[in-house]
Amino acid sequence: MTTIPFYRRKETKLVLRYVIALALVVIFVFPIYWLFAISFKTPGEIFAFPPVWYPKSIQFNNYAVLFKDGDAKTVGNSLVLASLSTVFAMILGTIAAYSLVRFKTGGENLALWIISQRMIPPVAIVFPVFLLYVWLSWVDTYIGLIILYTSFSLPYVIWMMRGYIEDIPLELEESALIDGCSRREVLWKVVFPMVRAGLFATAVFTFVFSWNDFLFALVLTRTEVATYTVQVTHYFGGQSNFWSKIAAMSVLGTIPVFITVATLQRFLVRGISMGAVKG
Amino acid sequence: MSDLKITGLHKHYGAFHAVKGIDLEVPSGELTVLVGPSGCGKSTLLRTIAGLEEASAGTIEIGGKNVTWARPRDRDIAMVFQNYALYPYLNVHENIAFGLRARKVASDEADKRVKRAAEMLGIAQLLRRFPRELSGGQRQRVAIGRAIVRDALLFLFDEPLSNLDAQLRDDMRVEIKRLHQELGRTMIYVTHDQIEAMTLADRIALLREGRIEQLGAPLDLFERPATRFVAGFLGSPKMNFLPAIIESGDVILRDGTKLTLPPGRKAPNGQAVILGLRPQHIAKAGMGTAPGHVQLPSTIELVQPTGSRVQVSMPLGGSSITAEFAAHEVTAPGEQVRIDIDMIRAVLIDPQTDEVI
Repeated sequence: MTTIPFYRRKETKLVLRYVIALALVVIFVFPIYWLFAISFKTPGEIFAFPPVWYPKSIQFNNYAVLFKDGDAKTVGNSLVLASLSTVFAMILGTIAAYSLVRFKTGGENLALWIISQRMIPPVAIVFPVFLLYVWLSWVDTYIGLIILYTSFSLPYVIWMMRGYIEDIPLELEESALIDGCSRREVLWKVVFPMVRAGLFATAVFTFVFSWNDFLFALVLTRTEVATYTVQVTHYFGGQSNFWSKIAAMSVLGTIPVFITVATLQRFLVRGISMGAVKG
Repeated sequence: MSDLKITGLHKHYGAFHAVKGIDLEVPSGELTVLVGPSGCGKSTLLRTIAGLEEASAGTIEIGGKNVTWARPRDRDIAMVFQNYALYPYLNVHENIAFGLRARKVASDEADKRVKRAAEMLGIAQLLRRFPRELSGGQRQRVAIGRAIVRDALLFLFDEPLSNLDAQLRDDMRVEIKRLHQELGRTMIYVTHDQIEAMTLADRIALLREGRIEQLGAPLDLFERPATRFVAGFLGSPKMNFLPAIIESGDVILRDGTKLTLPPGRKAPNGQAVILGLRPQHIAKAGMGTAPGHVQLPSTIELVQPTGSRVQVSMPLGGSSITAEFAAHEVTAPGEQVRIDIDMIRAVLIDPQTDEVI
C-alpha cells in the first residue's frame, strides 16, 4: 500500500469539494431549468417518454397564448402591487424605525410588539380581512391589496431598518443638525445614505414577500387585480393540467424577481452582513 | 461684549443632576476650556450650549440672543466632535462643504471657503479623498475644516484630540492654538486632559460634579488654586498632600517635622491643615537657603526618569512624596539627599472644607 503524499491529499479534497458543490447546484438548478425547458416545448415534447431533455426548437407559442388571452396581465398586476407596497412600506417603515431608535417612541417594548405582528399566521386573519374588505368594497382593487401588503411588510421593514439605523453614529446626525439641517433633512441627507445598502436589501425581501403572496391574492382578488400566483392555479384543471401555460406563466413570474435580485445583489450581500458585526 | 453667557444652567437626566447651576460668561474671541474628570458634566454643558440637550433650567445667550430653546441650527455655532463625525459617503470637499450646502451658500462661494480652509489646515491635496482613506489626524483636520468654513460666532470642541495618539495630539494642539489666533473666534473646548487645558486656554473652567470649581487663567488656577480638588487636578506629577498642624507659624507634619512658613503668611494657630506641595517646588538643595525655603535631609526611594527631568519618591513627614529634579541630580534609590522646599508656593488647605486657606 502506498501512502498518498500531502499535496495529493489536498488536491483530492478540493476535487471532492467541487464534485459535491456541482451535484448540489444541479439538484437546485434542475427544476428551474425544467420549468424554462417546458415553457419552450411543444405539447408533444412535454408528454414524451422517455423525457425530452431539451426542446428541439425554441418556440414561443406558449407565451404568445398567455399574452393573447390577457393572462400575462396578471404579472403586471403583481408588479404594480409588489412595487408600490414595497415603496410605501419602505418609506413608512424607515421613518417609523428612525422614530423608534432616536426618540425611543413607545419605549423598549413597542418594537417587539411590532415584530410580533409578523408572527401571526396569515391564514388566521384572512377571513376577517375578507369580510372587512367586502364591507369597504376593497375586494379585487389595487388599493385593497397595496394597503394589505404594505401593512404586512411594515413590521419586517421597521425591524430591519431599526437595526441599521441603530448602527449610525449619533454624532453624524448631531453634526448635521448643528450644521443647519432640519430633522427631515437629516433623515434625507444622513440617515438614508448611511443605510443605503440596508434599504435595498430590505426592499428586495419586502418585494419578494409581496410578489410571492398567494393566500391573500386568492381570497381578495377576482379578475381585475388577480396576481400571477393566482393565475397559475387556474391552469390546474379537474380533467387535465395545462403544463405549457403553467411553465410559461411561472417563468414570467420568475423573471422580475430574478432581475431585481441580480441588479441589487451588491447591496444585498452588504445589507445582510451590515448589522452582523455589532459591538 | 460676550459671545456666550450662561446663567443658572441646570440639566437633569431623570433623577441624575448632571449640571448644577452654572454661570459662565465668555468674552468675544476668547478660548475657554472646560476641563474636569469624566462625569463632571463638561460634555453635557457643551451639548446643552449646542442645543443637543435641552436645558432643565437657566438661560443660554449666544451673541446677545437668548437661544435657550432655539434649535441647534439657529444658534450660530459650529462643533467639532471627538469621533470626527465625517460622512463616509462624501469626499473631503463635500464633507467640509456640507454645512454650507445645508445653509444654501452659493456654490462658488462655498468652493472658495472650502479651499481656503483646506489650505489653512494643510489638507488641500486630500479634497477628493474619502474619509476611510485618511489617517486619524487628517480626519480630525477635515472635521475642524468643516467647522471653520461655517464662519460661526461660537466654535465648540468636544474632546477633539482624544482619539489621536500622543504625538499627533501634540501637533494638533499646536494647530488648534494657531487657528484660534488666526481666526480670533470665540471657542469653547472640552477636554479631560489638563495639559491640553493649560496650553490652549485663555481661561479654564474646572468642573466637578456639575459645578464650576474654579474659573480663571491657567496659571492662576495652577498657582492659586481655590480648593484641594483644583490643586490636585492641575499639574503633573500631582501635588503632594500632607496632613499637618499649625503651631506658632510653623507647619508641623505628622512625624513632628517642622516646616517654617514664610513671614507674613497667615495661618490659624493650632488648626489642622493639609499642606500641598508641588513636585516642581521641591528641589535638590544647593548652597544656602533662599528666604521662605526650608531644607531637610531625605532618602530617595524610587527614581523615574522622564528625559529632561526625573521624578523621585521619598519619605517626608510620615508620607511618601514625589519631587521633580533635573535629570542627573539623582541616580539610584537609597541615595541620601538634602531637599529644598519652596514654602512660599506651598498651599494650605482646610481639611474640613477642602478650601485653600
